[in-house]
Amino acid sequence: MNEQTFNLDGQEIPFAAGQSVMQAALAAGVFVPHLCYHPEFRPHGSCKLCTMKINGRPATSCTTPAAAGMEVESDTPEILDTRRILLQMLLVEGNHFCPSCEKSGHCKLQALGYELGVMSPHFNHFYPDRPVDASHPDVLLDFNRCILCELCIRASAEVDGKNVFALSGRGIKKHLIVNAESGKLGDTDFALTDKAAQVCPVGVILPKHKGFAVPIGQRRFDAEPISAHVEEFKPIAAAAPRAGDKP
Amino acid sequence: MTDLETAAHPEQLRRVAIDPVTRVEGHGKVTLLLDEDNKVHQVRLHIVEFRGFEKFIQGRPYWEVPVMVQRLCGICPVSHHLAAAKALDMIVGATRLTPTADKIRRLMHYGQILQSHALHFFHLASPDLLFGFDSELAKRNVVGVIAAYPETAKKGVLLRKYGQEVIRVTAGKRVHGTGAIPGGVNKSLSADERDALLKDAYQMVTWSREAVALARQLFERDAAFSNAFGRFDAHSMSLVGTDGAMDLYHGGLRARAMGGEILFDHFDYTRYWDVIVEDVKPWSYMKFPFLRELGPEHGWYRVGPLTRVANCDFIPTPLADKERTDFLASPGAAGATLGYHWARMIEMLHAAEAIRDLLHDDDIAGADLVVGGERAGRGVGVIEAPRGTLIHHYRVDEHDQVIRANLIVSTTHNNQAMNEAIRQVARQYLDGREVTEGLLNHIEVAIRAFDPCLSCATHALGRMPLEVAIVSHDGTPVDRMTRGTDGRCTRE
Ligand code: SF4
Ligand code: FES
Repeated sequence: MNEQTFNLDGQEIPFAAGQSVMQAALAAGVFVPHLCYHPEFRPHGSCKLCTMKINGRPATSCTTPAAAGMEVESDTPEILDTRRILLQMLLVEGNHFCPSCEKSGHCKLQALGYELGVMSPHFNHFYPDRPVDASHPDVLLDFNRCILCELCIRASAEVDGKNVFALSGRGIKKHLIVNAESGKLGDTDFALTDKAAQVCPVGVILPKHKGFAVPIGQRRFDAEPISAHVEEFKPIAAAAPRAGDKP
Repeated sequence: MTDLETAAHPEQLRRVAIDPVTRVEGHGKVTLLLDEDNKVHQVRLHIVEFRGFEKFIQGRPYWEVPVMVQRLCGICPVSHHLAAAKALDMIVGATRLTPTADKIRRLMHYGQILQSHALHFFHLASPDLLFGFDSELAKRNVVGVIAAYPETAKKGVLLRKYGQEVIRVTAGKRVHGTGAIPGGVNKSLSADERDALLKDAYQMVTWSREAVALARQLFERDAAFSNAFGRFDAHSMSLVGTDGAMDLYHGGLRARAMGGEILFDHFDYTRYWDVIVEDVKPWSYMKFPFLRELGPEHGWYRVGPLTRVANCDFIPTPLADKERTDFLASPGAAGATLGYHWARMIEMLHAAEAIRDLLHDDDIAGADLVVGGERAGRGVGVIEAPRGTLIHHYRVDEHDQVIRANLIVSTTHNNQAMNEAIRQVARQYLDGREVTEGLLNHIEVAIRAFDPCLSCATHALGRMPLEVAIVSHDGTPVDRMTRGTDGRCTRE
């Protein structure tokens, strides 16, 4: 069989029909920074961290279908700078204080910050006022850290069939809400075992009473940088349908 | 209150401010109100306290507190970490920790005592003590100590480093560790970690002994002076173990009146408010705690190494206990402001001995790390931090959120005592004399003896202002001081 390929930073990357540039790269063992992508869900294209230069134009690699002969740039100073700026903007939009965050060491935003060498937030902090929602007996919501990747929204709707989360507001006012009259998680049928409780890339959706139980040194990204975890992000087998795929 | 606290006509007085008090970690300001003849009329140690943390922690989940609370203080974060964890043990119903958890936390705590005391004695205090309070400013710093006493300085650095390493191994990091969690700890020691620490444990005991000898020698070199400098009588308070032993990690509260008689003993600290009241004064943001029994006027007390060494019945490690006996036999030392340095080194020796002994205890490698029990709404944790008694008090609601926090840090307990020491020094050295930098430094030396963690007691959300308004005793702003970043005195 004649394998189709595209060129990524000088490396020929094979791809299967229907794969995105990012999926093909990950499948080939090339790490691609991402926050709103999850192998079990359809691409979302909102965080822009996976941006590459595809045939000379910037595009999100998670939503761009791979095509034979494409010329793709990812690991260039220009693109790395763009990604760093995106991370810095995310870091100032919410309230991210890694030293006292229980997701520290497990957080993709933090891990990408280290990966890409983000040394400072650079921009002025917004310091938004976002109270936590502790109404649920098993799960805490700390909205301070939400990056609006919508993974929880998608997981709750498409996997759990519950529609617990939604977005509200526009532009800079956009924020995550809980679908309940009271707006409280405790008034929904959300459960710790829901898929939506497992997908948050940052420290918003947290199992209660468990914070800091894993010692420093044994946390997910302590031993190796996120790029070394590429295996975990590889696309799932073509036969396995992703959540929300149209039949 | 003493007569020097409030002058009758402050508007006619000339102010001399030492700002910042150099080499105290944090920011303090001393105001001396002098009249035209340079006579001291009024003395105050101003500490700007933003009780920001207590507000900031409201609404946060309780399990975050021991980690979050370390933001309060860059000087003794481990003490806050442990005091908070102890308070949260109560919240999660952990009435008795596993032996492993208890010993790992103790190890962490002794590591903190060792590194903090070493830092204070060798870096902050020894320049004054070795060179004299009036000696050349250019030499009177740690660089001067390194040049003149390289061996001593080196041991100081290595003692501190060792303490930090004990912290790193038990807490996961040297600063902002996560080791203590509600109900226990998140790790014990591996065989490698233990062996690595054991390698130098004996050396640390030896060097700590030498440090006690040095502190003693510096005190006794001119015992009359050491005894008299900034001396004042005070009540005292500290934790002691059930057997009366020095126990810096856990125990009941013991207070003694200035004459030595016991006011209360083995008092259950979870009801500290029955014996301690926090007073406020119009001229200071920092609270002035006092012993309820004695009232606001006379009930202020002293905490910290000086108090602890004298207050306990014995020290449960032999070398430190022997030094304690000698210390108490030295006439007056146990009540001397400069006696703090000697007592501090005795505690450092105790910490070094305790670390060595714990490293030989198999429990520190155990796997049983956390316990829980019936949830409670209120938790109080008290620990003897390097600078003195540290109280953490939280209320947590049924949703696991902190609804109220109250902290009394060591430096707050010592608030009135420090003011008292400064007054004594002002009386002894500044009254009616031309003010010189050397004389001003005598006041700094008195403050420094307490090792106040000023940035801790004054933690600000955001940045501390570099300009400080001076407000007269009746609340009128009469002056504005600009703080020099080079630590030089500003005169007006
Ligand atoms: S809560 Fe987490 S998963 Fe949901 S949108 Fe925010 S960051 Fe994404
Ligand atoms: S991963 Fe592609 S836009 Fe977020």
